[in-house]
Amino acid sequence: MGEETLDDGNRRNFLIKLTSVVGGAGVAATCVPFVASMNPSSDVLAKAETEVDLSNIPPGGMHTVAWQGKPVFILHRTPEQIAASAASNGGLDPQPDGKRVKNPEWLVVVGVCTHMGCVPNKEGPGWECHCHGSQYDDSGRVIRGPAPKNLEVPPYHFVAENKLVIGKA
Amino acid sequence: MPNRIIKWIDHRFPLTSFVKHELTGYPTPRNLSYLWNFGFLAGFVLMLQVATGIFLAMHYKADIALSFDSIQHIMRNVNYGWLLRYMHSTGASAFFLVIYIHMARTLYYGSFRAPRELLWWTGQGLLLLLMATAFMGYLLPWGQMSFWGATVITNLFQATPFYGDQVVIWLRGDYTVGDATLSRFFALHYLFPFLIIGAVVIHLVALHSVKSSNPSGIDLAAKDNIPFHPYFTAKDFYGLGIFLIVFSVFVFFMPNSLIEPANNIPANPMQTPKHIVPEWYFLPFYAILRSVPNMVGGVVAMGLSVMLFAFMPFLDRSRTPGGGRYRPVYRIQFYLFLLVILVLGWVGYVPPTDLTIIIGQVATLLYFGSFFFVPFISKAEERWLMKRGLPAEVTALIESETLEIAKRKLNPRRRKGEVA
Ligand code: FES
Repeated sequence: MGEETLDDGNRRNFLIKLTSVVGGAGVAATCVPFVASMNPSSDVLAKAETEVDLSNIPPGGMHTVAWQGKPVFILHRTPEQIAASAASNGGLDPQPDGKRVKNPEWLVVVGVCTHMGCVPNKEGPGWECHCHGSQYDDSGRVIRGPAPKNLEVPPYHFVAENKLVIGKA
Repeated sequence: MPNRIIKWIDHRFPLTSFVKHELTGYPTPRNLSYLWNFGFLAGFVLMLQVATGIFLAMHYKADIALSFDSIQHIMRNVNYGWLLRYMHSTGASAFFLVIYIHMARTLYYGSFRAPRELLWWTGQGLLLLLMATAFMGYLLPWGQMSFWGATVITNLFQATPFYGDQVVIWLRGDYTVGDATLSRFFALHYLFPFLIIGAVVIHLVALHSVKSSNPSGIDLAAKDNIPFHPYFTAKDFYGLGIFLIVFSVFVFFMPNSLIEPANNIPANPMQTPKHIVPEWYFLPFYAILRSVPNMVGGVVAMGLSVMLFAFMPFLDRSRTPGGGRYRPVYRIQFYLFLLVILVLGWVGYVPPTDLTIIIGQVATLLYFGSFFFVPFISKAEERWLMKRGLPAEVTALIESETLEIAKRKLNPRRRKGEVA
């Protein structure tokens, strides 16, 4: 190393910048495990699927099951309910009924109000949310605000005629 | 002997000079009213909350299967557990009450104005920390209100652009408020008070650098100061006595008046209570959230409604020294603002009907309007006051101040306190 490199300011500045960048990257990388540890753990992820037996839900009846800790409404719709739902497109968030069901007899929706997360109650045709008065029809579509969106349809599939699994499409 | 010990310490650590400088001899304006007691009271309640909280934590279990019952265990089996818990739950309300009065005093007397902006902003930071701590603590009993309050508030983060859903799940550590949420809220509820203590130290350092404001709202320079001890230690402790009487009435005679009855039902994720209300100290902000028809808009409005206080040093354009006491228009504005907050609190409390929604929306507009119009009104008021002529007593006060400011300007080093 010659004498001129010792007081080479450019070289020193470059080294300072390089160390800062590497150090900064190290700090950022160290944050990852801390932040990631706050995401759902694997046992929480494991309960992500729920199997439901439909055989004891009479037509017109509704069951509430827990999926991922959230209530899911399973409504066994009567032909009249199906006809009424198919006749309209909903209200604030229009969507045809056919897009929201796999089998028109069974409506499966997450029972969490899209406004602020309360659980709506089954009242008359459809549901009513007591927190701020949102209303949903028998297809889970919002027909009165303040909720902005329809009740969410979770991914699910039928494994048998009267058995379905919520969590995977 | 004690003298020799103190001498020994003073040789190695500035104990005596610190106590003399910052505590006993701290120069305090002699005209402070009882409204200047509330900073001290807030510090007292903070200590009370930390003390009761640590002893409660010795008996509390942060587990959704156990937490509700562990509260019952504290209430029934633990010696004086009921007292610790009622002091802690009442203390939360007392903390907000004291802080709100402290803030109202600052707004009324214009104490946030130069040179106390940083004092005001550290206070704003303390308010946010206090709100976060209170919110997380409210989940711990795992009652119905705890659960649904936490559900609604964590849901607000859905308003985050692009990553809304992920952020909510990340905050909860689960798809819903669950065991992971409870444990982390407990950990953070235990941590935050210590952050608050740290922030309080910064707040006090700022205070001791700019010194206390006073009811005239005018910087009285040094001529009207008296030492903190014994004058204000006596005044603070007298105020503490009054505070403790009121506090004890709540703790011993009506502790449940501050606890929602629905919170005596264990949390049930499948059933929302008929009517969700936050604690009284969040009601006005909750009303603003509900008044905006759009969800994201509501969240933004609610955040702004808390943060707007920080802008007051910029919004108040009047160069007339003094606070509400010498500024009639500002004073009227202040009382109107308080009224609007009370109306909002009421709107946040009652179940929403068409009428209350409209009242809430009008009050929300007035709330933001109060901030928005401050610059124009304060300017106009300044002009009017100058034209009308200020009372002689005020002019005298102002003159004593402008002199000080002029001196400080002439000699920039004086501002840093380097030249006496
Ligand atoms: S949460 Fe359902 S209407 Fe607000």
